[in-house]
Amino acid sequence: MANFAKPSAPRFSVEVYQNEFLPEGGRDVHAIVTVTSTGGAAATRAAATRGSAAVVIMVDCSGSMEYPPDKMRGAREATAAAIDTLRDGTAFAVIAGTHVAKEVYPGQGRLAVADAATRAQAKEALRSLSSGGGTAIGTWLRLADGLLRQSPATIRHGILLTDGRNEHEDPAVLRATLEACAGRFTCDARGVGTDWEVKEVTGIASALLGSADIVADPAHLSEDFTLMMENVMGKEVADVALRLWTPVGVEIQYVKQVAPTVQDLSDRRTEAGPRAGDYPTGSWGDESREYHVCVRVPAASVGQEMLAARATLLLPGAPGEPPATLAQGLVRAVWTDDLVASTAINAQVAHYTGQAELAQAIQQGLEARKMGDVDGATAKLGRAVQLASASGNADTAKLLAKVVDVVDAAAGTVRLKAKVADADEMTLETRSIQTVRVKKS
Amino acid sequence: MHRPSGCPSCAEPLEEGDRFCGVCGSPVSAASPPESRDDPTLPIPPLPAAPPAPAGPTGGYALAEPAPGWGSVAAGSAPTLVGEADGWSVPSEPAPAPGPEAAAVPPQGSSYGAPGPAYGSAPEPAHGGGEIRHDRPGSTPTPPEGTPWGAPEAPYGGAGPGHEDPYGSATVQGGAPAGGDGKTCVACRAGRVDTDGYCEHCGHAQPRERDHLEEELGSVAAVSDRGLRHHRNEDSFAVAATALPDGSAATVAIVCDGVSSASRPDEASAAAAGAANEALLEALPRGAHPQEAMHDAILAAAAAVNALAPEVPGAQNAPACTLVGAVVSGEVLTIGWVGDSRAYWVPDDRSALPRRLTEDDSWAAQMVAAGLMGEAEAYADVRAHAITGWLGADAYDLEPHTASFKPDHAGVVVVCTDGLWNYAESAQEMAQVLPVDAASRPLHSAQVLVGHALDGGGHDNVTVAVVPFAAPADPEAASVSAPPAAARAEPQTEAQPER
Repeated sequence: MANFAKPSAPRFSVEVYQNEFLPEGGRDVHAIVTVTSTGGAAATRAAATRGSAAVVIMVDCSGSMEYPPDKMRGAREATAAAIDTLRDGTAFAVIAGTHVAKEVYPGQGRLAVADAATRAQAKEALRSLSSGGGTAIGTWLRLADGLLRQSPATIRHGILLTDGRNEHEDPAVLRATLEACAGRFTCDARGVGTDWEVKEVTGIASALLGSADIVADPAHLSEDFTLMMENVMGKEVADVALRLWTPVGVEIQYVKQVAPTVQDLSDRRTEAGPRAGDYPTGSWGDESREYHVCVRVPAASVGQEMLAARATLLLPGAPGEPPATLAQGLVRAVWTDDLVASTAINAQVAHYTGQAELAQAIQQGLEARKMGDVDGATAKLGRAVQLASASGNADTAKLLAKVVDVVDAAAGTVRLKAKVADADEMTLETRSIQTVRVKKS
Repeated sequence: MHRPSGCPSCAEPLEEGDRFCGVCGSPVSAASPPESRDDPTLPIPPLPAAPPAPAGPTGGYALAEPAPGWGSVAAGSAPTLVGEADGWSVPSEPAPAPGPEAAAVPPQGSSYGAPGPAYGSAPEPAHGGGEIRHDRPGSTPTPPEGTPWGAPEAPYGGAGPGHEDPYGSATVQGGAPAGGDGKTCVACRAGRVDTDGYCEHCGHAQPRERDHLEEELGSVAAVSDRGLRHHRNEDSFAVAATALPDGSAATVAIVCDGVSSASRPDEASAAAAGAANEALLEALPRGAHPQEAMHDAILAAAAAVNALAPEVPGAQNAPACTLVGAVVSGEVLTIGWVGDSRAYWVPDDRSALPRRLTEDDSWAAQMVAAGLMGEAEAYADVRAHAITGWLGADAYDLEPHTASFKPDHAGVVVVCTDGLWNYAESAQEMAQVLPVDAASRPLHSAQVLVGHALDGGGHDNVTVAVVPFAAPADPEAASVSAPPAAARAEPQTEAQPER
């Protein structure tokens, strides 16, 4: 573990959990890389005075928001609450989204700077929000991107609320938009009600390195928006990359974020010099995340030791300057003929392997259920119940219990419930990627 | 040490410790003559019958007497005394079960060597200090024969694809700066070595300082090697020379073997060897009885290892290690040990009987001692090598064993870990492996012994210290020459089983 950050900046530390011992001929090396960022409170205050954050709120104003009408009312109140949470000096804007995107505040392609007056004006402007029209989320994101691009702020973030499917836009256009926006700003996505598509909302959040969630009851929107905005205000550094360097002959099998949520980053690699690649991690406040790295090393004889991968956290420098190294950790491989050593599975690796399987089992189980494959759904969701129970993932276990009747959690025996509320099913699907940490023993 | 002033290939000025030219990458050693190096563990085939035991006349042993002159020094104040007169058990195993390999390779004309294994002390890149240089005063001169050390050899750890030539011809030794700059990987020869000690190209761990250590003082030498199957060296040693109050010299050798199943065994062995050595160097010059000093040194070593244990209550696997030490002070040889590291006595006159001086704290030794099992049965058991005594916070009752002897003929004490004696278990086997000129060339002898273990498979870390013991300059003893054969055989018949 190493720490290179300046004292005034948030401190990053990297810890690697692995069983480095391989049997003779062993090639797969698994490691959990825990990244923790702490001590950034001073930096946050400093950032506040510089106004280094910019936020755009995108509110769905399609016709369906009036059915029932409390969705529109909830969205308006939630946006007002989010604006109240803005720190002074933060650049912000509000967009009304339908089949086109429209600036609500401040308008004319600008961002306002938060203070008492602009907050009041923004909330006044929200009154004019009315529903009507379709849904083309790509247009909202493109407008937000244009607004955020003017800001010199390092932390650029969007908050997106939708209540329906992206019906008035070719899915390919949304995909292209997400690709274009990835790395330019981060975005949290929320679905209100139950008429939206889980994969669309989670796809936006995943592409833009934000969180996704369901707010089934519009009355809870304000609370959720406040929390989201507080989270954004807590961010201190943006565009942090996880760089993996591997020696010649070592193949990266996968790189996944496994806590707090499961996100496969394998395809998000951008090459960064010989045998090195960067995986985006977005912006960081005081928080800890874990990554599961799996690499395949060339076989070596007993007694050999090699570096299988070097994980480095990088903060991009000013234009023309090299990125700053925040912290780094080493993934090692040591060949031994001691079977006790080589067959042990590291507790962290085992736990997060289980959490990733849990998320997959839920998604596959719900998919099978939608397809009418009762046996497949029962098997997958049963396995999910078993994994959730064994790993102590109580939140997920509770959500599962709303979709299946649990007969025996330890054995994974379940029956599908005949009637499941849409909200429960969507909540389970949206939150399937949430993981719990290793239990402290 | 020899240090060329410029790269032999491009004449780029070199810095101290450079093993490769920073500009053209040529191995600096290519041009460096091997004369500064000590002697390899390599073949000594046509060894011109080195005169054995320059110290003292040959054949000056007193074993001709029924009560051998080898009386143990029964110091009344000695805390423990294992070395009673009968403690000089003569190894009774005439032909012990042969090891995994033919163990009894005589030093001459042996096969170790030719392109010998890479325990030659090609230096480690991270190696910062001078303690393992071989250019110290007192080191024995390089004999004319033998391959220059470190010429292309088999790598540590065998023949993984692409891992050949860990040291290659990189033989400039010592003093490499700790930084990674300018180092070329010994495994792939293509990448530079980063500050973590791994190659930036192939990722291979570079040899570390402790992978192979050698030290020689005038009166003692020690070699420690990682072996071929372990990824790090968990053994440690300390050798030192000091002066007794009467001005005569005393020599100290400590060898420790970290317990692999415990945590941080490498730190445990280093701490124990260092602490025991320090304690002896403090006690001996002020005239402490060597056996008491050894006892206290083992306690000091135990305290040092205990101090490594985490203070968390209930923490498991506190660091642990074994210890064996030898002190030669005047005409007294003092041995102390805990665990299964051993000391052997090999007389310079090879017709005299070698002996093992220690009793293992091991399951097998206990079974045999208690009469519960025969030796063969006990040592065949999977638990045979489980040790019953060690230094560390988890040890139940620490019982340091100490013994003092007054040999009346010259010989060498071989102080070693089981990484060596697994390949030369009986005293006779050890004597056969030990070069005949061990007394005059201790470092070379230690290298040969380590080479023997590596040739045998190097399944464990190997550490050995060779301590020559000069016979007392007693004209009477010297006059006793060539004892009758019958007398020489006598101890064998009377000897109790060694274990």
